[in-house]
Amino acid sequence: MRADLEIIQQWVKPGHHVLDLGCGDGTLLDFLKRERNASGFGLEINPDHITTCMNRGVSVIEQNLDTQGLDNFEDNSFDIVLMTQALQAVRRPDKVLDEMLRLGAEGIVTFPNFAHWRLRWGLALSGRMPESDSLPYKWYNTPNIRLCTFKDFEALCRQKGIRIKSRRVVDGQHQNNWLARLWPNLLGEIAIYRITRENT
Amino acid sequence: MPDSLPVDSVGVVTPQTYHFETPIELACGQALERYDLVVETYGELNTDRSNAVLICHALSGHHHAAGYHSMDDRKPGWWDTCIGPGKPVDTNRFFVVCLNNLGGCHGSTGPSSTNPATGTPYGPDFPVVTVSDWVKSQALLADRLGIECWAAVVGGSLGGMQALQWSLDYPERLRHSVAIASSPRLTAQNIAFNEVARQAITSDREFHDGRYYDFDTLPRRGLMLARMVGHITYLSDASMGEKFGRELRDQAYKFGYDAEFQVESYLRYQGERFSEVFDANTYLLMTRALDYFDPAYEFGGDLSKALAKASCEFLVLSFSTDWRFTPARSEEMVNAMIAARRKVSYAEIDAPWGHDAFLIPTPRYTDIFTAYMDRVAREVGA
Repeated sequence: MRADLEIIQQWVKPGHHVLDLGCGDGTLLDFLKRERNASGFGLEINPDHITTCMNRGVSVIEQNLDTQGLDNFEDNSFDIVLMTQALQAVRRPDKVLDEMLRLGAEGIVTFPNFAHWRLRWGLALSGRMPESDSLPYKWYNTPNIRLCTFKDFEALCRQKGIRIKSRRVVDGQHQNNWLARLWPNLLGEIAIYRITRENT
Repeated sequence: MPDSLPVDSVGVVTPQTYHFETPIELACGQALERYDLVVETYGELNTDRSNAVLICHALSGHHHAAGYHSMDDRKPGWWDTCIGPGKPVDTNRFFVVCLNNLGGCHGSTGPSSTNPATGTPYGPDFPVVTVSDWVKSQALLADRLGIECWAAVVGGSLGGMQALQWSLDYPERLRHSVAIASSPRLTAQNIAFNEVARQAITSDREFHDGRYYDFDTLPRRGLMLARMVGHITYLSDASMGEKFGRELRDQAYKFGYDAEFQVESYLRYQGERFSEVFDANTYLLMTRALDYFDPAYEFGGDLSKALAKASCEFLVLSFSTDWRFTPARSEEMVNAMIAARRKVSYAEIDAPWGHDAFLIPTPRYTDIFTAYMDRVAREVGA
């Protein structure tokens, strides 16, 4: 099982109502439905992913976070709002974070760490924009327009009064890695954050 | 009809008429003592009767959704693009039922049928039926066919409204509701277009207060105008532009008021043909059923409250250039389903053909429809 699914699963309680922003082909929601009897929806814009979701029985809504926002969802209408590997692809990650915690009591966010040593090394040595397994694009065609590091993300959370309940760091294959736990911002490729509003 | 049937056609089909002798109470307070429903079915009902799909027709539709009535037919049924072996509603897996709704003019009891009380056509005495009435009659048909629970109820436009109404009126009798290019209620603009159509019909001198049958005539001009204005709302500006542009029938302007532009002659032709084959009273009735449809009405306008009763899963599809029932109308439906925590999937399909897009196969539409129905089939073991 993918380590990130395993980690996220632990934070979802049986019967939770979840919203998955950028749900891809519905793997995570399908997994949570089977393992946790979770209900809920995924939002997606990729036509092939949407079709796959529909075929596997994952409720999917075609909705673009950048252009349509999340106004159609009511406050506190979900137990958990998920966003895996999509934060870096939206125009205003800060506003999406606010929205996540408006809709849900808790948020789970995963994104690639732009301060991973291989990316730092690549940029330092070659002077070219880095590419990696989790960032396999050219600078001009990448959907990842808001890259950040773990430190950046945590600073933003502090500034917004968002409390980080837990953070787990994994490598590009979503495997646990003790080195990554030791120096996350240098050795961690992907982080999984569990966030909530400060006063909860 | 080509010399041989296409392999993905349901083939030559024969409609069947079901007689109902038990009175049906209608929303308007009246009852029909007895009535007929004309029905077509495609595919085989499986042994546990779990693979039945109901297809609901739109304003001018009928029971002939797929296949051909004879080898001489020029065109197949109205939704042949989506119903047949290997098509989205796969007749190798599903038992597909399509009927002409009450009030129709293709064989089911409607204004042009004989009123048993008078021995003459009902005409204006035929009660105004609603989407709920249709759903009720469809449930009675399901009883007759031995179908306890539909695998899916599927419809486009006014047909989608029936699919939605099914989920509210008989929640335990369908597993999936598929509403394509539909709306949870008409807007003022929609009603306005319907009113123009009705005025065109009722102001035709040949209308005779709806008793034109007795005068051996038809309100052809009125129905033609009604169809012309309706037809405009089914197409998009772009698709009309592509089809006709400003093309003239002859080389130059004639400085008169005859049909000079291709679009004019097309609309006239469509209108004229329609006025010969469709019943004007049915047209009035169908547009009224559209106007009245508003399942949220008795819940203070809150559709999500109405949906609290629903238990099926929903698929909602809209088309980017549909300005009759815009994507926003579908999203209104979807948002109410989200708020009611119903299971719903939604996609807006990019297609240039306006409202008519639900009848035209495009790769993405076909893919999504096929993927969803494939899952429905797996779920019911078909």
